[in-house]
Parts: sequence; structure tokens; C-alpha cells
Amino acid sequence: MADADDTTADETASDEVVAEPERLHGALVTSGPDGLVVLHPSRDELVAVVTALGEDGFHQCLDVTGVDYLRHPGRAELPDEITPERFEVVVHLMSHAERRRIRLRVQVPADDATVPSLFDLHPGVEAMERETFDMFGIVFDGHPDLTRILMPEEWVGHPLRKDYAIGAIPVQFKGAPAAR
Amino acid sequence: MASRARASATERLRELGAVLRLSEAEAAELGQADPGDDQTMIMNMGPQHPSTHGVLRLMLEMEGETVLRTKPIIGYLHTGMEKTGEDLTFLQGPTNVTRMDYASPLFSELAFSLTTEKLLGIEVPPRAVWIRMLMSELNRLSSHLLFMATNGMDLGAVSMMIYGWREREETLRILEKITGLRMNHNYIRPGGVAADLPDGWRDDVLHLLDLIPPRLEEYDTLMTGQPIWRERLQGVGVITTEECLALGTTGPILRSTGYAWDLRRDLPYLAYDEVDFDVVIGTYGDCFDRYAIRLNEIRESIRIIHQVLDKMPLGDYRIQDKKVTPPPRARIDESMEALIHHFKIFTEGFKVPEGEAYVAVESPRGELGCYIVSDGSSKPYRMHIRGPSFVNLQTLPHMMRGGLLADAVAIISSVDPIMGEVDR
Repeated sequence: MADADDTTADETASDEVVAEPERLHGALVTSGPDGLVVLHPSRDELVAVVTALGEDGFHQCLDVTGVDYLRHPGRAELPDEITPERFEVVVHLMSHAERRRIRLRVQVPADDATVPSLFDLHPGVEAMERETFDMFGIVFDGHPDLTRILMPEEWVGHPLRKDYAIGAIPVQFKGAPAAR
Repeated sequence: MASRARASATERLRELGAVLRLSEAEAAELGQADPGDDQTMIMNMGPQHPSTHGVLRLMLEMEGETVLRTKPIIGYLHTGMEKTGEDLTFLQGPTNVTRMDYASPLFSELAFSLTTEKLLGIEVPPRAVWIRMLMSELNRLSSHLLFMATNGMDLGAVSMMIYGWREREETLRILEKITGLRMNHNYIRPGGVAADLPDGWRDDVLHLLDLIPPRLEEYDTLMTGQPIWRERLQGVGVITTEECLALGTTGPILRSTGYAWDLRRDLPYLAYDEVDFDVVIGTYGDCFDRYAIRLNEIRESIRIIHQVLDKMPLGDYRIQDKKVTPPPRARIDESMEALIHHFKIFTEGFKVPEGEAYVAVESPRGELGCYIVSDGSSKPYRMHIRGPSFVNLQTLPHMMRGGLLADAVAIISSVDPIMGEVDR
């Protein structure tokens, strides 16, 4: 399934199949520790890759979430060509016909935390993208109603970011005079 | 299974027409203003309506008695499980996630433990696998019985509510005997389960399995054939397979449309490929199908538990890997090393190799997935739970469109959302 359109051959390796980075619909392919195929599309490629995967039978989007890699010490599992960024949007697709899942990991820089929305392909991502926006502040371009979902509308900050402290909310009524 | 076509443009248009996309401020403005030419009204249901199954609020756009568009508003219960999970070790993790879905807590523990084990690259002993299966199915039983009770309550069949709670209590009694708690068990942990099955567990489970089927017959007599019950549920809240697939819906809602998709059979985890059971599917995708599916899944669970009882192997109930398993209590008394080891595991936890994993299990509500990113330390760098209730709630606007307000109650009930999992 992998079409090798990257023509730069590695001279040191004798077996060229190993040297060519594997690609699926233009996105680099690695393998996750849980045995899933992991695709690393760029933000611009995301919608095209998900569309192509949909034609391959990956027609249910089960999960969209974000990860903030601010304090992660190293990112060993990323392929060399991918520049690690602070945020990552993780998408899990499911093929019922092949009975397998696939994972997409999209790097999102902190200074321009915008990702195209998958809403037109999978309307079910609406709540998941809203949650990712709410928790990480990643903007999903093209989402019909990108508002906070878990936190109140007037909330400041994005709680699942790594620079958002735990227990930063002052306790109300603490130290209030007792009834007796 | 034939691969299904992806959601058509019509389905997407229907989707766009069913969901109310107004902010609260806009809705308040619309509610106050003169309706003018469009005779619609924004109405709030909840967040403490008894039939919203917790703190769910629905903004309904009504035209007379008919619901046009719906916006589910959640977040009143936001517990911050994912943030908390990043500050707890992998050993403490199940204590946290079990509080998420309080009707079927063991599934959350199971998903978390399976993901951690995947990252660790360990395999638990057969007895632990079968104990986990036994516990899952007992929990599915109690969760579906709770659904029977609340579904009856929402639709005015109060005796059904009492019966459902009664049978659920019998199930919880067994869970309590095995795990020590009725809910929030923290029983399934990375590396196995917390303790072996207690003496006399087999008799208790057999007693339960004898007790439930005649009671299910009672439910059938009381509810299934009853004209009022059918009138309230049949043809109400219809959803199609295409819509379900497009919306990411799983579990009994997807199966009610006639689409046989059950992770236990299609992507087997634990030892589900070694037991014999049927995937229950519906035909019309309406509330009655969802009721009937859960009723029959109780029967299938009983079938599975019978097989688990026959096949339960002997052996270790947790992996004998010093890295993840604390030493047995008796060893602590005689060995300083064991005491130190015990202390280290419960204070520092165990280190999990770097990487990320996603594992899903079939909870009573659908696919319950856990995504963990590990940075090589003893705490998950990022823990995300894909709650089935959270995703399934998005079907509400589609099921409600064109229905009556009274149907809304039946539809919310048939989705069987657990708000702890929605606002995790």
C-alpha cells in the first residue's frame, strides 16, 4: 500500500526497501508500541490523508485528542523528517471491514496552534475537537461551533496544558467564620 | 462484513439541521425576543431533571410540542480525571479512572490496565485474564440492569425501577464480596487483579445466574409485550447505521441499527475469542431496539459467565514480575528486601517505557478507549479516556429531531449516558 514517492536513496544501506521511509497517502508511517500503524501527516495533509483513508475503509473516527509535549524529555519515536512541536493532535480511525485501527499524529506548533477540522468528513468529531480546543487551546479550523465544552464559557486558560498548574483554583469559603 | 459507504451528503445535511449551534448568550437573547415570524422557542431541560441521568442540560428549540434542534450542554461535573491521572502513578491510575463511569467502573480500570500492560510489554497470567472477564461480564450485567431500572423510571414504570435496582443489588453484592467495594473497585490493576477470588465465589455467582433469568422473564411480561411500553418506545428516536458511523457512535446504539459490531467478537481482547456468545443486534434503530438489545445482552452475559465458570484456570492472579507486582504480604514479615521493594512500588511506582498506546474495550455503552503517552517515568505523561457516553451523546439531536418533548425523555434514557464519563 505504501507508495514510495521519496526518491532520495540512502547509499549506505544495501537493501533499498529498508532505506526508503515507508509512506501511506504521502504521510510517513511508523509503528506504535501497541502494534498500530501510525501516520505522521503534516497539518496541510491531514484532511487529504483522512479522506484517502476513508476510501480505504477507515470510515469511523473514534477519537480525537491532543497532547502537550512541553515537558516531555525526548521524542524518540518520531521519524527524523518530522519536526517535533509542542502540541500534537492524535486521531484514531477504525476500519470495520479490516477490523483494525490506525493512528494519526499531527504536529502543531505552539505559536500557531491551528489544525484543519475533520468535521466535514466525520461529523462525530465535533465534541472531541471542542474538548481538545477547551483543554489545549488548539483551534480547529472549519469547526462549526468551536466553543468550550467542559469548562465554563468565561474560563481563562486551557487546563490540560502542561504549564497549567494543578490546584490553581482558590478554595471558596475557606476560613469563613464558623457558625458557632 | 461488507464495508459500509461513508456518510452521505444528505446525512451530513441532516446533521447540520439537527444540532443547535447557539451560544448561551445568543439563546437567552432569542428566548427573550419576540418570536416574530419563526414560531420557535428555546427551552432548557435540566441540568437537574431526573431523566437526564445526572447533570446533563439540553437546550431544545421547540416548535409547539415538537423538538427541532437540540444542543446537549455538558461540563457541570467536570472532574478533571485526565489532569489528575497525569499526577498519579500507573499503580494509582485505576483508583482514579474507576470513579469515571460509576455504573460500570471495572471497564475503565480494564482499559487503563490493558494500555499500561501494552506499554510495559507484559502479559498477565491466564487466571487474571479470566477473572477480568468474569468481572467485566458481572459488571455489564449490573450496568444493563441499572439501565432497565432507569429506563423504566423515566417512562413511568416505577415497579420496573424497583425490580432493576433489586437485581443490580444482587450483582453488586458479589462484586463487593470479590473486590471489597460496591463501586469504585480499583480491582483490575496493571499486571493482573488486586486479589484472588474469595472462597465461595463460585456458589455466589451460580446463585446469581440462577436468580436472574426468571427475573428477566418477569421483565418481559411486565414491559416487552406491554402496549403502553411499546407505544412509548417503538419508532421513537430512530437513527441509521450511516449516521451512527459518521458520528463515531458505538455500543448498543450502533448495534440497534442492525450493524453487528462488538469489540468482544470483532477485535477480541482478554479471552473473548474462547467463549461462545452472540452479538445482539436490532433492526430499526429505535428506542425499543436499544431496550431489547440491553435486555438480551444480559442473557448473553449470563451465557459468558457460565463458560467462564467452567473454564476458570488455576494459577497466579497477577504477574510474577518484580517490577510491577509488590511482594506477597507474608514475605514482608521475613525479608527487609521485600519490605523495601513493597515500599518503593507503592511510593514511587514502576517505570513504564516511553511510547504511546491506545487500547479499547467494549463497555456496556460502547468503545471505551484509553490513550496513554509515557515519557519513561512512573506517571503517565498524558492519559486520555475516550468515553463512549461522551461521543454517544452527539446522537441526541439526530434522534430527537421531529419528535415530541415527551420522546426526549425516552431518547435520553435509551442512550444510557453516564455523566461521570461524559465530563471526565
